[in-house]
Amino acid sequence: MTGTSRWPLLLTVALLAIVTGLVFGAVRLPPAAVWAALTDAGAAGAPIVRGLRLPRVLLGFLVGGSLAVSGAVLQALIRNPLADPYLLGISGGAAIAAVLVIALGAGAAWVLPLAAFAGAMAALLLVYRLSLVQGRRLDPHILLLAGVVVSAFTGALVSAVLTLSPAAQLRNAFLWMLGGLGGASWQAVGIFAAYAVVPLAVLALRARAFDLLALGDDTARHLGVEPAALRRTAYVATGCLTAAAVATCGMIGFVGLVVPHAIRRLWGPLHVTLLPSAFLLGGSFLVLADTVARAIAPPIELPVGVVTSLVGVPLFAMLLRRTLR
Amino acid sequence: MILSARELAVQYPRAATPAIAGVSLDLAGGELVAIVGPNGSGKTTLLRALLGTLPLAAGAVTLLDRPLAGWTSAELARVVGVVTQREESLFPLTVEETVSLGRYAFLRPLAPLGEADRRIVADAMARADVAQLAARPTDQLSGGEWQRVRMARALAQQPRLLVLDEPTASLDVRHEMEVFELVRRLAGQGIATILVSHHLNLAARYADRVLLLHQGRVVADGPPATVLTGPTVTRVFEWPVAITTWCDGAPQVVPLKPGE
Repeated sequence: MTGTSRWPLLLTVALLAIVTGLVFGAVRLPPAAVWAALTDAGAAGAPIVRGLRLPRVLLGFLVGGSLAVSGAVLQALIRNPLADPYLLGISGGAAIAAVLVIALGAGAAWVLPLAAFAGAMAALLLVYRLSLVQGRRLDPHILLLAGVVVSAFTGALVSAVLTLSPAAQLRNAFLWMLGGLGGASWQAVGIFAAYAVVPLAVLALRARAFDLLALGDDTARHLGVEPAALRRTAYVATGCLTAAAVATCGMIGFVGLVVPHAIRRLWGPLHVTLLPSAFLLGGSFLVLADTVARAIAPPIELPVGVVTSLVGVPLFAMLLRRTLR
Repeated sequence: MILSARELAVQYPRAATPAIAGVSLDLAGGELVAIVGPNGSGKTTLLRALLGTLPLAAGAVTLLDRPLAGWTSAELARVVGVVTQREESLFPLTVEETVSLGRYAFLRPLAPLGEADRRIVADAMARADVAQLAARPTDQLSGGEWQRVRMARALAQQPRLLVLDEPTASLDVRHEMEVFELVRRLAGQGIATILVSHHLNLAARYADRVLLLHQGRVVADGPPATVLTGPTVTRVFEWPVAITTWCDGAPQVVPLKPGE
């Protein structure tokens, strides 16, 4: 596939995903009705499209894109193609904080994202610290192991908190953890965009440096990158993105793992183009997954994390086999 | 003077003896210095000390009359090209993309490669004899091709100092000779070069000076004929050798079989 077809293709996929997300749902609206609702606030479908589906689709796109960008960056950062915000314990840290907030019933809208953000950063620092055990150099392999360990630990904490919680909070926390965009609102879109824009810009400005970091610390340094400083910055930025994503819609696995791999296979690994491509495809993927989640068995909504994993795990298994061959 | 090192010492944590000690080195533009010595004699450690990637226990390095500690990575990358022994290739790029990474320190964050950058990259690929591989993914290269691609990337930095850690380790005769010829030519254009090599005989023929390391200390530093003498090489490498002289006047080391 040539480089010239990349952007038209990705933009078409993104547009189709958004249109699909607006058309399908508990009530199916024909594209003409969606268009009418978008252009005329008085149209019959306007409350559904403008009030519910459009913010949900936009939020899904932003979250999916952010997770895919985070995954792509973390893979270069720890020089392991299997890295994913979800595997590195960042999501687990956000989850335990968020579940604690839900269990304690401290329910103001702004508390949850802040708590999840703090939890994600705590997990991030813990993982970072654990990987410094031998010497001063951050070892990428130990980093991944530390992520797995911290994930297991936060998982145990979450189980403990849930077991001790009253039934109502238990159900809320359980649903939150499975991941879903059901809470989408224009306010949530605004909060997420405010969270995400700075880290995304920070990562985009360093796109070329990630190409160098993937070659190893020594080579990166000799070509003009300070690896330690870059790693710190990128860690904080991906932590911000993941925290915002987890706080907004729970844990959504495999977007950050599968999407960057797909882009690399199609168009190569240069980050200047990988990061925006991953954002577009990750956004499209999550919007489509969310559309499936809410259209497959109305009025029940499947958690979107269930759908991304059901699609992501087979894809990932295929990628693994092709990489090992 | 391009590079000047005074009384360098490096001490690894928990090591009984320093990895290098009392090493001094001066390098002028156009000069080609070969660092030789047995395995574990401190060659790579010395390179890392000269490049500022290891903390010094003692001594100081000056690059272009400025203390090395005051240089940022980006500033260094615009002056010094390095080819290390090993490098990971996690997400294989094409050869041309890899060589283009040599321009990183010259570009603003999101700016694409300019016309001049592309010319420099093309020229670097031609000089390292990898132009015909431009579109090849780097995970489909032979060891020698990969080594020359990394040479090309270092050349794309338009360095004034080139540091090569065993650049011909996995190359066949032709490509090994081509690397030495290339390095010699670059020296003729004013580039200072430090080359670590196990190939004593090629080092003797191509280098202006040979610096012989043994157990972290400089045994001898000077023109090849004064450094690579029979007794010195025999003692340092712990194997009997004879020295002959090739027609260009360079000393050539012949390791002896037992009984010779």
